[in-house]
Amino acid sequence: MNTARQLLKQKNFMFKLGLIICVAWILAAILAPVLVPYHPITHQDMAGRFQPPSTQHWFGTDSLGRDVFSRVLYGSRISITAGVITVLISFAVGILFGGISGYVGGVVDDIMMRFSEMVQSFPPLILAMVIAAALGPNISNSIFAMAIIWWPNYARLTRSIVISVKENDYVTASRILGASHLRILYREILPNSVGSMAVMATLDLGNAILMFSGLSFLGLGVQPPMAEWGAMVSDGVLTFNYWWISTFPGLAIFSVAIGANFIGDGLRDYLDPRMRGRA
Amino acid sequence: MFRYLIRRLLLMVVLLLGVSVMVFLISHMVPSNPVAANLSQTAMNDPEIVAAYEAKWGLDKPLHEQYIVYMSNMLRGDFGTSIRTGRPVLQDLAQYFPATLELSIFAMIIAIVLGVGFGILSAIFQNKPADQILRAISVSGVSLPSFWFALLVMSVFCGKLKWFPSGGRIDPRIFNPTGGTGLYVLDAISWGDWEMLANSLSHLILPAMVLGFFTMGLITRQTRSNLLEAMSMDYIRTARSKGMKESRVVVGHALNNALIPVITVSGMGFCNLLGGMVFVEKIFSWPGIGQYAYLSATTLDFPAICGVSLLIAVTYVVVNLLIDILYGVIDPRIRYQ
Repeated sequence: MNTARQLLKQKNFMFKLGLIICVAWILAAILAPVLVPYHPITHQDMAGRFQPPSTQHWFGTDSLGRDVFSRVLYGSRISITAGVITVLISFAVGILFGGISGYVGGVVDDIMMRFSEMVQSFPPLILAMVIAAALGPNISNSIFAMAIIWWPNYARLTRSIVISVKENDYVTASRILGASHLRILYREILPNSVGSMAVMATLDLGNAILMFSGLSFLGLGVQPPMAEWGAMVSDGVLTFNYWWISTFPGLAIFSVAIGANFIGDGLRDYLDPRMRGRA
Repeated sequence: MFRYLIRRLLLMVVLLLGVSVMVFLISHMVPSNPVAANLSQTAMNDPEIVAAYEAKWGLDKPLHEQYIVYMSNMLRGDFGTSIRTGRPVLQDLAQYFPATLELSIFAMIIAIVLGVGFGILSAIFQNKPADQILRAISVSGVSLPSFWFALLVMSVFCGKLKWFPSGGRIDPRIFNPTGGTGLYVLDAISWGDWEMLANSLSHLILPAMVLGFFTMGLITRQTRSNLLEAMSMDYIRTARSKGMKESRVVVGHALNNALIPVITVSGMGFCNLLGGMVFVEKIFSWPGIGQYAYLSATTLDFPAICGVSLLIAVTYVVVNLLIDILYGVIDPRIRYQ
């Protein structure tokens, strides 16, 4: 809690802006059913399709006469949830994998790291496309595909931190005092790795949302008629004249990604004061 | 240096083995059926056609046998035949690779020129409005969904303003370049065909800008932070106290040292291009590796997927190797052990 207060006290405009953007989107996602003026899927008005933005339809209407504003708001529920789940899974798998690999060391470490390198050596987007295409395009499969790409990053980061921390005197002291491996990992090593991991996770949240919407854009993620930002952008591909159909969902993706990047940068500055105002 | 190169090349072999094993693991684990993905519904109902198809692609053999067959073929330069196009994968790759290479080289040129330029300006005007704006641009670069940005740029410059042609590499009604390197800009220059040069450049500029935008953001940030760090060093204070002009202090002293890490970031950025490539090529109908990868992945064409992944992995390793060598040439303090 103290850390959070110190973070907010900093004169970091970008960080605060990022926080505001992300909190606003999270609120929008939670309150979407209350906020939307029209139902995002069932409200179709064929007579009123392709309407430009107006007071009735703030973001206009799409090819089926659905309200783009309502769909963008609802889309936040899918995109943000998918991004968060992807990062959480990768985080959990990575911290476990990297923690064991770094703590045990030796042959086990070698084998585990070669395995993670094997996954990383594969071009990420192709891997995601293949997995999503093979399992069938839907939300959970594309989250699964992204988690497979992402976890090695966390595993390698955790491993490097664990290796540098486990040689410290206080860890040795703890071991001599008879602490179990699990206790050492949990009480001594984990608290020291969480900071850098948090920065990586926040920065990754933006990337995860970008990639998730990219997969949906390619038709490998969320399927119609569900309201998802990437899929909505692809709705506008063939209808240049109706710019609002793809512009607003695109702006939504952009704003979340940039918000997450601002927060990640702010956290990094905070944890590494040498970099303050530089990166 | 020699031992270092050998070590890097060995690592490359391991990496490629990893990629090929990955493809095989996935192709084995997925519950999907490449036969169903590639045959029509009527053909699927005929068991003879299905059996013939499976036999032709070795799909009826156990996986490890498929892998051994595949590896031995690959070592002889045979990457197999694409299920989707029916042509040798190597031939497909040779056809699409120059288009992607040309696009990524131009994207990198744009990214490096703008990125380093913006980074320098941003550092000189630290915390002033110009710096804030340039920093906002560079953060936008890494936060923009490339598919949306490509679409936006295309609808404005090709749709509304009609300044640029709306896709492809060259106007096929006027030009049909064959032979040469396959890099149209280079070919046009070497043939002295200025109309072709103008035509291919007008097709190239938009997708290259969209593609380079992300990397530009990375390079701007890196240049800025390095330059600021270099500017706080003692030798800069010395140079200033000698009464040297500020521009010479920045360009002659600080920049030399600040640019070295930028080379590494450029290498990473080059490899990052490959992700954006899929979207940019799809939207600008650019006939390159990105589209090929997308079509191969969505049709589960495993020989093509493996070929394209190996190609990208090789490019990745080669680019990073070149950068490491360049690094050593520029900074003599670096000695490879």
